[in-house]
Amino acid sequence: MKLFEFEAKEIIRNYGFSIPESILIKKGDDVEKKIKDSGIEPPLAVKSQVLVAGRGKAGGIKLVKTIEEAIETTKALFETPIKGIKPSYILIEKAIPHEKELYVGLVIDRNDRRPLVLASQYGGIDIEEIARTKPESIIRYPIDPFVGLRSYEARLIGKRIGVVGKALGSFERFLLTLYKAFIEYDAELAESNPLAYLDDRVLPLDLRITIDDNSLYRHKDFAKTEKERLGENTEYEIKGHELGLAFVELDGDVGILGNGAGLTMTTMDLVYGFGGKPANFLDMGGGADAEHVKRCVSFLLQYPKAKKIFINMFGGITRADEVAKGIIMALNETGIKKPVVIRLTGTNEEEGRKILEEAGIEVFNDPIEAAKVVVSR
Amino acid sequence: MTILVDEKTRVIVQGITGNEGSFHTKRMLEYGTKIVAGVTPGKGGTKIFDIPVYDTVDEAKREHPEADTSIIFVPARFATDAVYEAIDSGLKLVVVITEHIPIHDSIKFITYARSRGTTIIGPNCPGIISPGKSKIGIMPGNVFLQGNVGIASRSGTLTYEISNVLSKNGIGQSTVIGVGGDPVIGISFTEVMKLYENDPQTKALVLIGEIGGDAEERAAKMVEEKAFTKPVVAFVAGKTAPVGKRMGHAGAIITMGSGSYKDKVETLRSVGIKVAETPFEIPKLVKEVLK
Repeated sequence: MKLFEFEAKEIIRNYGFSIPESILIKKGDDVEKKIKDSGIEPPLAVKSQVLVAGRGKAGGIKLVKTIEEAIETTKALFETPIKGIKPSYILIEKAIPHEKELYVGLVIDRNDRRPLVLASQYGGIDIEEIARTKPESIIRYPIDPFVGLRSYEARLIGKRIGVVGKALGSFERFLLTLYKAFIEYDAELAESNPLAYLDDRVLPLDLRITIDDNSLYRHKDFAKTEKERLGENTEYEIKGHELGLAFVELDGDVGILGNGAGLTMTTMDLVYGFGGKPANFLDMGGGADAEHVKRCVSFLLQYPKAKKIFINMFGGITRADEVAKGIIMALNETGIKKPVVIRLTGTNEEEGRKILEEAGIEVFNDPIEAAKVVVSR
Repeated sequence: MTILVDEKTRVIVQGITGNEGSFHTKRMLEYGTKIVAGVTPGKGGTKIFDIPVYDTVDEAKREHPEADTSIIFVPARFATDAVYEAIDSGLKLVVVITEHIPIHDSIKFITYARSRGTTIIGPNCPGIISPGKSKIGIMPGNVFLQGNVGIASRSGTLTYEISNVLSKNGIGQSTVIGVGGDPVIGISFTEVMKLYENDPQTKALVLIGEIGGDAEERAAKMVEEKAFTKPVVAFVAGKTAPVGKRMGHAGAIITMGSGSYKDKVETLRSVGIKVAETPFEIPKLVKEVLK
């Protein structure tokens, strides 16, 4: 789960690292009153709180020189969709004049199975962009998960990206603070980009933290509904997640349902291979019963992007007869008619096939043939 | 010979009395897996399918010193503790079926396991099977056939599908291992390949990858450096997956410009590995490389 910039900054501030003075405006607030009452003084940065990448380039951050301008800009930003999403929060921050911007982030190195510090003297652009244009500038520093990040290591990293003098101590404190947040909030990503490099200190102008979804039960303080986090997921994905479905929205018109993530992705790939375009990814998971299959199929029947549906199941732990029952239940309960192509094989295949064929539904054994048929319909 | 497990493997099931644990214990027993004990805190002294249940792994191990492997069906919130318990009891192989374990927990127990000489398979994996000898996992036993092709996979169901189509074409498997769908896992593709390299029964390898991470690229490098010398056939799922979205598995996500299908397939092909366009092409390619 991605945190909003203001939430991430709140964490760092609570740990005692000083960041620019700011106020948070919520949609529906009296913008004028809130800004004037806060006593914040220009120049200011007015920042749309959306979770999409490339916010700055998309027009989500504006610099203003007067309070009047700040009020106008805030009102305008609430109405400005950033990559299709209107913000629910705007952060107004004291703009800090600076000349140099750094990048510093913490990620998990999947191969080394440990936290990894990434740092570069070139901030303000995406790390992907830095990796492409100035790969030699990226410092990669692995952290022992049991020892943690030591102060000297933070200084070492700072020195390597050119931080010197008084600011080095500030960089050290910042990186240790970021690491603390990374660990205590079970983050898979914590990064500041840009990190402003001033004469005597560093200052995180932007800050992103993504919490590992599997750890959310330990971080109930961020249990905002997904709706409020719009930007990370689409409307239909949120609907799917509310029903407990592993659903990802795509751009085509063939609804996809499989059992197991790898098989479901492969089903998408098969459809694509025969000239079709998947409308989604939906994994019914392992050992789905008729009730769960019904939920999945009903969801796809009601999902407008899916003009036809391809169900591909390989029965191992999941039983084909349960899947067949679920499909019939979904068709009967929703009453929605769309072309449905089914490939069913494995455990209790015969029983499953019988249930579907009695209802007049054709069942395929060969997924290649089924994929061809669904694309042609 | 096979890798990691065979007919001599003696298993403890952690979480044996739960829904998943009991269901799969029954199936493993039917397959012929030698399960010597189960563990569920609070259920010590009882029996399930005639298998004695203990409160702690320590007691199970004392009563059954021949036990060398554990399989964990404990729910995510308690699974980390179960893994440490297995490592500290001196078990050599721990198969973690549980999905949704926090990644920072996995990082630590995998690091800890290494320092103690324990191999972890998973988390979020289907387990491991040496067909005809032992099944320590949740895979349907009937799709496998004893033979000489090793399989390493990041997927569950897709592995059953591919093993099934191989078996139907008369191509059996030495060992099939699902390494898990999480971003951070215990035994990796390259570590599995080291074991297959030294296993005389294994004549070829089928690698079932997916988008996200760089496990496939590292496998390719091992082939390039001739640290793995047996023929390899690969398949990568997720050709049409979008950037930045998790495709069911926590680890199946293209991020920070890495982990794409195209990069993986190009890297694999560049070192001479045959990459199948669909899972159903794999038997043909395996037959070719085994010629």
